Amino acid sequence: MKEEAALEVVDVSCVFRVNQGFMKGTKALHAVNGVSLKIPKGKVVGLVGESGCGKSTLANILLGLQKPTSGNVLYSGSSADSFSQRHIARRIQPIFQDPYSSLNATKSIKSIISLPLRVHRVGAPADWDRKVYEMLDLVGLPRRVAQSFPSQLSGGQRQRVAIARALIMRPEVIICDEPTSALDVSVQSQILNLLQDLRQELGLTYLMISHNLAVVEHMADRVAVMYLGRIVEEADAATLFRAPSHPYTKALLSSVLTPDPHLGVPDTQLGTVFPNPIDPPSGCSFHPRCAACMDICREQAPQPQINGAHMAECHLDTAAAG
Amino acid sequence: MIDMSLSPLRGQQTAEEILEPSPMSKLRRRIFKNHSFMIGAAILIVILVCALVAPLLAPHDPYELDLSKRLINPFWHDKKTDAEFMLGTDKIGRDYLSRLIYGAQISLLIGFSTILISGVIGTALGVTAGYFGGRVDMMVNFIINTRLAMPVFLVAMAAVVAFGASLHVVILVLGLFLWDRFAVVMRSITMQARDLDYVKAARAIGCSTPHIIIREIFPNVLSSLTVVATVEMANAILLEAALSFLGFGVQAPTPSWGLMLNEGREYMFFSPWLLALPGMGLFLLVLAINLFGDGLRDVTLERER
Repeated sequence: MKEEAALEVVDVSCVFRVNQGFMKGTKALHAVNGVSLKIPKGKVVGLVGESGCGKSTLANILLGLQKPTSGNVLYSGSSADSFSQRHIARRIQPIFQDPYSSLNATKSIKSIISLPLRVHRVGAPADWDRKVYEMLDLVGLPRRVAQSFPSQLSGGQRQRVAIARALIMRPEVIICDEPTSALDVSVQSQILNLLQDLRQELGLTYLMISHNLAVVEHMADRVAVMYLGRIVEEADAATLFRAPSHPYTKALLSSVLTPDPHLGVPDTQLGTVFPNPIDPPSGCSFHPRCAACMDICREQAPQPQINGAHMAECHLDTAAAG
Repeated sequence: MIDMSLSPLRGQQTAEEILEPSPMSKLRRRIFKNHSFMIGAAILIVILVCALVAPLLAPHDPYELDLSKRLINPFWHDKKTDAEFMLGTDKIGRDYLSRLIYGAQISLLIGFSTILISGVIGTALGVTAGYFGGRVDMMVNFIINTRLAMPVFLVAMAAVVAFGASLHVVILVLGLFLWDRFAVVMRSITMQARDLDYVKAARAIGCSTPHIIIREIFPNVLSSLTVVATVEMANAILLEAALSFLGFGVQAPTPSWGLMLNEGREYMFFSPWLLALPGMGLFLLVLAINLFGDGLRDVTLERER
């Protein structure tokens, strides 16, 4: 079945020039390196990976905040080049990790939530207050917080305000960049359940960026695993968590801490070194840390192997297929 | 269409009550607890009121001279005092109290107009450099360094020689020269604010760059701006006094405290109060501004963290 993509990136790369020091010139950092990803309408796509693997850069590209060096972003099938930032803003909104820095401390909650309305002049100014109150109801905040300032709210309440701000213009896609990692464990589930409920009620599409696999397993329909600027495995959430095929995904899954204290810290066999993205390893970029590294991995980058709805980029799969 | 009428039950999810007092009331409480702020503000208000209602307050015309009443001693002396001249008269018989009161006008005028000019220049440069970074930042840094390479005092004296000494020239020279600290501080603070998520959120909402700079970032750097402004105001007042003392600033017969110091110089050993009184005025004003600025910093910066 072909699903309609709310948002799609096709072979997107983003290269930063990194200064090597005075008079030493610059080097290229491939933050995102040829990524293709489809976010089907009404679905939740999880994006997991270590810090520094390019998740947030990809999110910025999707939000239109960062121009990709090459490749294309498609909004409902049409290229991003034909949209202005204001256009993109009405379709895609972000929720950030840290609700302490994502709300302007000098503004009241009402003014924060109504900012999109004011910027885009949606509806009559007389309706703005009413819309703000509706949003507060929707995200489960009492109406009286409208007059408060962010410093008066708890982390969970602030994240609800951020969600209200993101939703007030009724966007189609929400990019959640680690929406719960800055929150208390007890509040995390509240926020996740709120996001779930809102998705059902408003028919939203989510891109869920996280390094917390439990969050992704709980929320996502499809999961993409990112490593050093590339998506190394992508599959339906159930498949990926049951039968991961890429060694990196396996390592990630085995790194999840268990509540049993006797088991200790799991050994991922990854070593500790995350490769320098300015100087990526030859061949398969994962090979220095891979438990199943073969000769070919050091020399040749693997091509994506697509098996139904399951994509993986690994020589193991190539060998199995060949 | 999306149905907006959703169950009101959600409101119960957050049982947490808002116990925190509002930022305004917290700020007010902190202001009243901050002694240096209160003392500074009190002295400043007194001087400000004196300057504003000088014509009502001053017992005499500060320009009216009476050579028969030269160098009358202030009231605490035993001899040669005059009930009409509380703080005595200067070497050409002008009422010293009136001149002191009018002098406050000049000092405050210089202070406020200088920080207005330099504040606008420095903030514009600093915020632009901090927000855009890269080439723009390099250019602004070059301008700041150029400005820092020029000694204010020498340039001020040269300008006075070139354009003639007057209040306007002093204000203009100081205003065009004291913006460096504004620029440096605003630049670094804007740089910090630029990378915070609320700026990213505003960009994702589709706010224009001027909107982000003026409406989102500027309110957050305002408290630092006022602190720099107080420091620079004190600085400007002292510089004006120094320039006037050397004869390169405000010209006679305008009652400037710096100029009064200069005029009293020859009588230092016989009538020390001619120097002590305007000196005290300057001292009090600068002290009050600095106390006020220090307190303001404590009060406002605490609010943010």
